[in-house]
Amino acid sequence: MRLVDALAPAAVGVAVLGAWEGLVRLYGVPAYVLPGPAAIAGALAEDWPLLSGSLLVTLRIALLALLLAVSLGGLLAVAFAQSRWVERAFFPYAVVLQVTPIVAIAPLILIWVDDVTLSLLICAWIVAFFPVLSNTVLGLNSADRNHVELFRLYGATRWQTLWLLRLPGALPFFLAGLRVAGGLALIGAVVAEFVAGAGGTGSGLAFRILEAGYQLKIPRMFAALALISALGIAIFAVLGLVQHLLLRRWHESAMRPEG
Amino acid sequence: MTLVALDGVGKRFASGTEALAGVDLRIGAGEFLAILGPSGCGKSTLLRLIAGLAEPSRGRITRAASRQVGFVFQEATLLPWSDALTNVRLPLRLAGLPRAEQEARAAAALEQMGLRGFERAYPRELSGGMRMRVSIARALVTRPSLLLMDEPFAALDELTRHRLNDDLLALWAGSGVTVVFVTHSVFESVYLASRIVVMAARPGRVAAELAVQAPAPRPAGFRTSPDYAALCRQATEALEGALGEAKPR
Repeated sequence: MRLVDALAPAAVGVAVLGAWEGLVRLYGVPAYVLPGPAAIAGALAEDWPLLSGSLLVTLRIALLALLLAVSLGGLLAVAFAQSRWVERAFFPYAVVLQVTPIVAIAPLILIWVDDVTLSLLICAWIVAFFPVLSNTVLGLNSADRNHVELFRLYGATRWQTLWLLRLPGALPFFLAGLRVAGGLALIGAVVAEFVAGAGGTGSGLAFRILEAGYQLKIPRMFAALALISALGIAIFAVLGLVQHLLLRRWHESAMRPEG
Repeated sequence: MTLVALDGVGKRFASGTEALAGVDLRIGAGEFLAILGPSGCGKSTLLRLIAGLAEPSRGRITRAASRQVGFVFQEATLLPWSDALTNVRLPLRLAGLPRAEQEARAAAALEQMGLRGFERAYPRELSGGMRMRVSIARALVTRPSLLLMDEPFAALDELTRHRLNDDLLALWAGSGVTVVFVTHSVFESVYLASRIVVMAARPGRVAAELAVQAPAPRPAGFRTSPDYAALCRQATEALEGALGEAKPR
């Protein structure tokens, strides 16, 4: 990446934060309405022991949900790709699960599942698994016709065709789904925490936001919000790196532009 | 010896299109047969039938018992996620040979195609001509008795095509493999083949046959020789005759 590509967004960020801080001070906006970046940074430093613990809780839920989404979504996709019949029979239900807003299902799950962590995990998984499933199914069904004939000509078994042709071919699709799923797993975890709210014993970042709101500790609220954003960016960046490393030798999407 | 015999072969697609009708063809061991015809005359379909990738809807195809087929598609059809060596050893891998043998034979096939040193290159790092060489190496790695090629050089530039033509001829002359080469180029068919089957369209059928009497591999300067020109004229006339027959009434 060129230096300018990194500097330009950083400069915009600094300018916005500077203007924010300046305006808050100029107009004397009270911290319980809108804290300035300095106050938020202060809260972040001061409450770090509390917030870092919450960060780990949310991170754990999001990552576990992502892991489940990848394994179950991937397996389901392979099952779908094995038989049109299975795909036709089950895909609509995956769609139903996807289009029903998680905020609406979360209270039910929280009632049915005693363990709060587990119910959060289920909510995050429901949101995250669909992009993995649909992208991988698309990828598995996108094998080049000539490649399929080539495998047939050499008497490849179903398993060989899956392992050596369909799965590698589906990888770019799967990884694109994974990147979306990473962000969604975090969103699912946060939404579920909100729904669980004070009733839950969870202590994730969303819970901290609610809690700080009740206590009018607005800078802490913003600090927790900033951490959620940072977490989302970090997940996205790491998955982007994984995508690049796996595809850079052969797939167009990971190629550097010429010149 | 006849390697593959087609008797009254017809092919009708599910859409109702009659791709081939009444094709009689004998493919003799060791010959270089070119199938020449305009686009849409069913020559690719014919090749797929010979390969066993499709079944005829009429007639019969008889094949010699010990028949290992190599197939080269119009495009290189390499797996983009595998390097050249892994692409070439694919047929052996599918056959379940030991890995060391796969790699040794694949490396030898690549070397035969002049690609020594490119074993670890990925398809997108290779030029169009080199990709086609990898594809031919993959078809040769099983040591086939029958090599089927479906307009393999159509997308390449002329110089690359000429060089691949010469290499293919040298390979054929040296190995005794039978080649069936589909093309729409009169010049290519005359340069390569020992026998040319000219096809006509709607429905696809054999319109004419032409023997090419020329030494293989072709001597230097053959492309500009009067012999070559005369053969090309013959083939062109046969092709034009086939096109004339197929004109819409």
